Amino acid sequence: MQKADTVVAVVATSTMKLCLLLLCLLCGALPTYAGVLPDDRADALYHSYDGGGVEITGPSVLVLKKIGQNVALSGNYYVDSISSASIDVVTTASKYSEDRTEVSAGADYMHGDSIMSVSYTNSDEDDYQSDTASFGVSMDMFGNMTTVSLGYARSWDTVENNNDPTFSKDVDRQNYKVGLSQVLTKDMIMELNYELITDEGYLNNPYRSARYVDPTSPIGYSYEPEVYPNTRTSNAVAVRSMYYLPYRAATYAEYRFFDDSWNITAHNIEIGYVHPLPSGWVLEGRYRYYTQNAADFYSDLFPRQDSQNFLARDKELSEFTSNTIGFTISYDFVQNGWYAIDRGSINFAYDHIMFDYDDFRDLRDKNAPVGKEPLYDFSADVAQIFVSIWF
Amino acid sequence: MNARMNITLWLMAVCSLLLSGCASVEPWVKPYERAHLADPIMNFQRNPVSSSYMTHVYQAREGARGAEGGHGGGCGCN
Repeated sequence: MQKADTVVAVVATSTMKLCLLLLCLLCGALPTYAGVLPDDRADALYHSYDGGGVEITGPSVLVLKKIGQNVALSGNYYVDSISSASIDVVTTASKYSEDRTEVSAGADYMHGDSIMSVSYTNSDEDDYQSDTASFGVSMDMFGNMTTVSLGYARSWDTVENNNDPTFSKDVDRQNYKVGLSQVLTKDMIMELNYELITDEGYLNNPYRSARYVDPTSPIGYSYEPEVYPNTRTSNAVAVRSMYYLPYRAATYAEYRFFDDSWNITAHNIEIGYVHPLPSGWVLEGRYRYYTQNAADFYSDLFPRQDSQNFLARDKELSEFTSNTIGFTISYDFVQNGWYAIDRGSINFAYDHIMFDYDDFRDLRDKNAPVGKEPLYDFSADVAQIFVSIWF
Repeated sequence: MNARMNITLWLMAVCSLLLSGCASVEPWVKPYERAHLADPIMNFQRNPVSSSYMTHVYQAREGARGAEGGHGGGCGCN
């Protein structure tokens, strides 16, 4: 496993170096034009997730404001209020509630042809703290037909355990991003993004357990703490495009490929359609498909205690597919300016996600033979209502 | 040594970005042909706060992560 980790990490690092070298060569030969800072805007959103025994609600507020011609500042405040009685909690622990608060601040600086961005994010919950600093640069070129971007982020996380006040472990994470946005025709635009993420530290969840066959237990199995590797390196590449239809409407498609040093490979596709109506209404419909295989060290039921070095029964690391169908309805309540507001919209978004697990069993069925319990599945309803104003 | 090499490559990439601008390539979509592309419905990040939220919803429940584009990123979701 460690050897495989090392090989994947070396390949990933080499890939990253190749991308950077190509970018250096590419940029040396391309002309550039001035970038554009994003418009001043404010968004206030309330979100609700309800599925698999988990309810999460909370606000998110984003404000973005230019200062002069070359600087834009942004701030985001986000809260998850979680009430969880998920399948893991029901079978191995007890219901819990907690809040997670995330605060971010960022600045964009436009200098000639490029925009440099810095941001800082703090995420805080009872038993998990995370700080992330990021830096990015993007540049328009080819008469604003091409935008190339580079990004780097570093996170410092601390994992704690509410059942053990002495428990405290660290995780360091680094993200490397390269992006390309390209105007293909007067009706079509395309984006290509690559991201490499490396983690080092305590990567498992201190509350989760792995299940193993135990003939001495009355129910035929017992639990032991999960053990994950201390490193993880992942690669993701995504291509997305958007096309303006012959009438005023747009359609988009996205594909992402993912793999990592735990041997998880995932694919997802998304397609969508945006249709403006007269009087300021905009309708959007979308469909997303996701599939992944299991991590090397995942098993729903290990044959015995301590059967291998690394053990996981986290369903996010198992083989599964999900299908999402969703829509957004937007209404522009200010279209032509009102006092200091240039434009304003109110929006409602709803997504229905269906998860189907291929190797994660529903242990609430106590009558089934060990290892033959029904496979687990659940669906989630995700709703958002938000107001956006541009000023 | 590897870390130094990485930093050098990143600096080269950033410097190349900042210094490029000498050559001239004719854009095949002229500025006056971009009315459709400038329409707000053609923006990948039309609703950034909503996109960021959905990225978080998926990231917390899937093994895959990264290359989402635009906003998104760290989740303290253990």
